[in-house]
Amino acid sequence: MTTVETTRRLTGAKAMVEAIAQEMERDPSVIVLGEDVGAYGGIFGSTTGLLDTFGPERVLDTPISETAFIGLGIGAATEGMRPVVELMFVDFFGVCMDQIYNHMAKIHFESGGNVKVPMVLMTAVGGGYSDGAQHSQCLWGTFAHLPGMKVVVPSNPADAKGLMTAAIRDDNPVIYLFHKGLQGLVWMAKQSRSVGDVPAEAYEVEIGKAAVVREGADVTVVTLSLSVQHALEVAEELAAEGVDVEVLDLRSLVPLDRDAIVASVGKTGRLVVVDEDYQSFGLSGEIVATVAERGVALKSAPVRVAVPDVPIPYARELEYAVLPRQDRIRAAIRKVVG
Amino acid sequence: MEDKTRADLYTTMVQIRAFEEAILADYHADKKPAWDIGAGLIPGEMHLSAGQEPVAAGVCAHLDNRDAVTATHRPHHFAIAHGMDLNKLAAEIYGRETGLGRGRGGHMHLFDPMTHFSCSGIIAEGYPPALGQALAFKRQGTGAIAVAVTGEGAANQGAFHESLNLAALWNLPVVFVVEDNDWAISVPRAASTSVMSNADRAAAYGIPGVRVEDNAVEGVYDAADEAVQRARSGGGPTLIEVHTLRLWGHFEGDAQAYRPELAEVPARDPIPTYEQQLIADAVLDETKVEELRAEARQRVEAALEFAKSSPTPDPSTATQYVFA
Repeated sequence: MTTVETTRRLTGAKAMVEAIAQEMERDPSVIVLGEDVGAYGGIFGSTTGLLDTFGPERVLDTPISETAFIGLGIGAATEGMRPVVELMFVDFFGVCMDQIYNHMAKIHFESGGNVKVPMVLMTAVGGGYSDGAQHSQCLWGTFAHLPGMKVVVPSNPADAKGLMTAAIRDDNPVIYLFHKGLQGLVWMAKQSRSVGDVPAEAYEVEIGKAAVVREGADVTVVTLSLSVQHALEVAEELAAEGVDVEVLDLRSLVPLDRDAIVASVGKTGRLVVVDEDYQSFGLSGEIVATVAERGVALKSAPVRVAVPDVPIPYARELEYAVLPRQDRIRAAIRKVVG
Repeated sequence: MEDKTRADLYTTMVQIRAFEEAILADYHADKKPAWDIGAGLIPGEMHLSAGQEPVAAGVCAHLDNRDAVTATHRPHHFAIAHGMDLNKLAAEIYGRETGLGRGRGGHMHLFDPMTHFSCSGIIAEGYPPALGQALAFKRQGTGAIAVAVTGEGAANQGAFHESLNLAALWNLPVVFVVEDNDWAISVPRAASTSVMSNADRAAAYGIPGVRVEDNAVEGVYDAADEAVQRARSGGGPTLIEVHTLRLWGHFEGDAQAYRPELAEVPARDPIPTYEQQLIADAVLDETKVEELRAEARQRVEAALEFAKSSPTPDPSTATQYVFA
């Protein structure tokens, strides 16, 4: 058997770094900035090694001033640069949200299409490691609710690279939300799929195109990010019981691949939505509404598995009770297949 | 200062005032007898800059189209002084398809790639993007600089302080301008700001801070000259605060009942004052003044004619331009 030379197994973090490095190599206007992105290499490994390769002119450690440095990214983008800016935890967006939703996301529209803001705002999401209510949220629904920014959420290392490449090359502001549990960090419990095959050459994963990551006939699980991996685990278990689960990885909230949702749910006739964001007024409701609006005939009522509108608790037993983990996904699938 | 420079400063101020007087007339004319802010030729809030012309004229005299200006929700004086196309500016204010933002922005959200002009309806939040423009200019080696404008009320926002620190830390070619018109809508500076002058705050970030008193256009010109040269030559940012004057209300329709010195305000109008000075110094005479005013009015009339005869945006295109 010959080895495919262009594919290696990388962690999510290394896949992200590779994408950024290849784009920095290709395009001198790409710069990286944020807190601890330099010598530290990003708290979640998203910029490891970039400083050594590209130097402090292109990899800039910033003060703890999210409003100033995210806004700086906006101004640099409007003048022809392509900044990749890291907001360390998505939970911190409160101190800089004005720059994000009033400026980054609106300038293209307000200018009648005359000014582009080609920047990437990458940020860490997700819980599962007892980091408490201010360091464990996903919040992607909040960004997706506000027009003018693309919102991408990879679920595996290959997509982490391809979506980052696409995000950097995109002429729009892109929020890139990576799950800490998929980064393959040495200091976190390993999710087996946080390491995966990643092609060595540069490539794009199209933003706005969902992926059927497991085909099945009985029920569609629409999900994203780390929950894709939980859903795949559950699907494999249930296959032994004769339940054939299809898993749809959304990959992005904006644009949302509604056609893929409708096609899959139309085929299986059953829907479970798994979302690590808060349940009410968010992504899970949007998925169910899409299915309802498009008139997809369902064999049973859809079920949502999301965070039940409570801040993420600290104690492991409490946190696991509210996160959409395998047990809740399994129960939801069993319920819809009756 | 050379006579020509003084005459140019005056001309810029007159041009700005002529524009805003015309806007004012159209804005109010169609809102009577019953006041309806969303009605008429120019709908929405309107923040005019009358009285603050010396700041824009004095600063922008040192800039060219390479340089970026990020203004506030009260942006017209800087837009005009920085050389924005009057037709496109007027058309945007009138909500027309031919406007800068095809009618999507409105008077608080003007974006002009030709002059690198932008503004923000959120106070102090125009400062951070100016840092990025300055960084880009520095990297591009064009010698261009960024000018960021805010009001004295906004100088108490976090964005202001974060931006001063970061610009100083990274030695960015930025000139920060604070327009102190004494009023943050209805709150006097004494009730909002712990220091007498925001220029003093520059010291906290290790950069020069200058305060120009008396709305003096030539004082602004001189301070900006030094600051712009410093920025262009790699010397980093400067903070300039100008004690200026909001001649009219915060927005049109503001009765300003909160303003005890209201009766004295017209006498502080900087344009007649400067005009008299220039006439006394024989830089201008009555004839020349009349001529300059007439020219300014003509340009404004042409721009307003362009705006009013331009098509309104097609409602079916309302969702365009969200994404590139």
